[in-house]
Amino acid sequence: MKRLIGLFAALLFSAPLFATNVAASDIAPDVLVRNVTNEVLDIVRKDKDIQAGNTKKTLDLVEAKVLPHFNFQRMTQLALGREGRQATPEQLKTITGEFRDLLVRTYSKALTEFRDQEISFKPFKMAATETDVKVRTEIKQTGGKPAQLDYYLEKNAAGWKVYDIEVGGISLVTNYRSTFAQEIRAGGIDGLIRSLQEKNKTADAKAK
Amino acid sequence: MAHDMKPKNMGARIRSVVIVVALAGALGGCATSGNPKDPIEGFNRAMYGFNEAVDTVLIKPVAKGYDAVLPTPVRTGVTNFFGNIADLFIGVNNLLQGKPDQAVSDLGRVLINSTIGILGLFDVATEAGLEKHEEDFGQTFGRWGVGNGAYVVLPIFGPRTVRDTAGLVLDVAVDPLANIGNVPTRNTLLGLRLIDTRADLLPADKVIEEAALDKYSYVRDGYLQRRRNLIHDGNPPRELLD
Repeated sequence: MKRLIGLFAALLFSAPLFATNVAASDIAPDVLVRNVTNEVLDIVRKDKDIQAGNTKKTLDLVEAKVLPHFNFQRMTQLALGREGRQATPEQLKTITGEFRDLLVRTYSKALTEFRDQEISFKPFKMAATETDVKVRTEIKQTGGKPAQLDYYLEKNAAGWKVYDIEVGGISLVTNYRSTFAQEIRAGGIDGLIRSLQEKNKTADAKAK
Repeated sequence: MAHDMKPKNMGARIRSVVIVVALAGALGGCATSGNPKDPIEGFNRAMYGFNEAVDTVLIKPVAKGYDAVLPTPVRTGVTNFFGNIADLFIGVNNLLQGKPDQAVSDLGRVLINSTIGILGLFDVATEAGLEKHEEDFGQTFGRWGVGNGAYVVLPIFGPRTVRDTAGLVLDVAVDPLANIGNVPTRNTLLGLRLIDTRADLLPADKVIEEAALDKYSYVRDGYLQRRRNLIHDGNPPRELLD
């Protein structure tokens, strides 16, 4: 019935990404992606608690290793699109925080569900002057075409930061765009904030 | 395909439920949120709810049992077996899309996997460097320049667009499994394929559950992005975002 869901659901394999604490600005984006992926997957595959479904521990791992390499402000802007222009700075800050929690939980879930998949890194080329690149990786799947897992990175003062991830061509960020727009049309910016908060609260309650 | 696998009265019952739900959706009219890609959102949401219900009570529990009972190598063998059959028309579609080299590779896969791979149970072609592709008639039409048309949720089959629905009709018409003459054999195989496919999606399910604010629109937008990506063979032009 929903093969499509599967692919795009193949989605969130993305979890295993980025590691931290390096002088990130000097590291090429493809090397960054590879290092963090390998480091995080390594930990997950060895950690008995994570494998047993310890949500808290997985969340902590993602917080520590992956988050520092993400630009959540940019992600939030992308997900909000034009509708975001009516938000006050205060509201934007709240949305960014809630959206961040939602994405982190999603990654952590994906990390646990798909930890045994093998990831391969595609050849990468960029000009020295480029500041916006796409790093391509692939997830092997038994009995199917490998799933694309692509990272979009942008260079800023702090180094290369991921601002979008595509799984099988589905952007984890812009896939929220019409849902966000729909929430804003129905209940304004505050309506969207309420929905995000509710979603996060329900998920937290379930995790306990 | 779906009611093929169930006893007849069950099929009839599901069909009547489908009609009722469809009518309710159409009459309850358009709880649309004004998304231009989804002009019949009211209907689609009703159908989506119906599909979710069928999945929850019937398909998913069976898929879970199937996944729990069978050892991984057997599971992989089953997925490979159906994948091998699908490769035939994946090749045909690649040919129709003007990609003869890929078509040759697909047919090579069928030859290798059907023989050395023992009736497709082992995917030795991938090991040999012939990568699996994913094509269907909906993609072929897209490649030929046919636009999506409206998004539509079909009973059991789930998300499609108008164009992909037309593609699906052809996919089913030429599906080697659906054309098996012996009805019990055909239905058993179709049922097994459905459950195997569904079981492969179980992990993804949980992730979507975690991610989606509104599952209906999350699935819809994911489907549309995914199809766009497939039609461009993984390299669609980046969508302009404002």
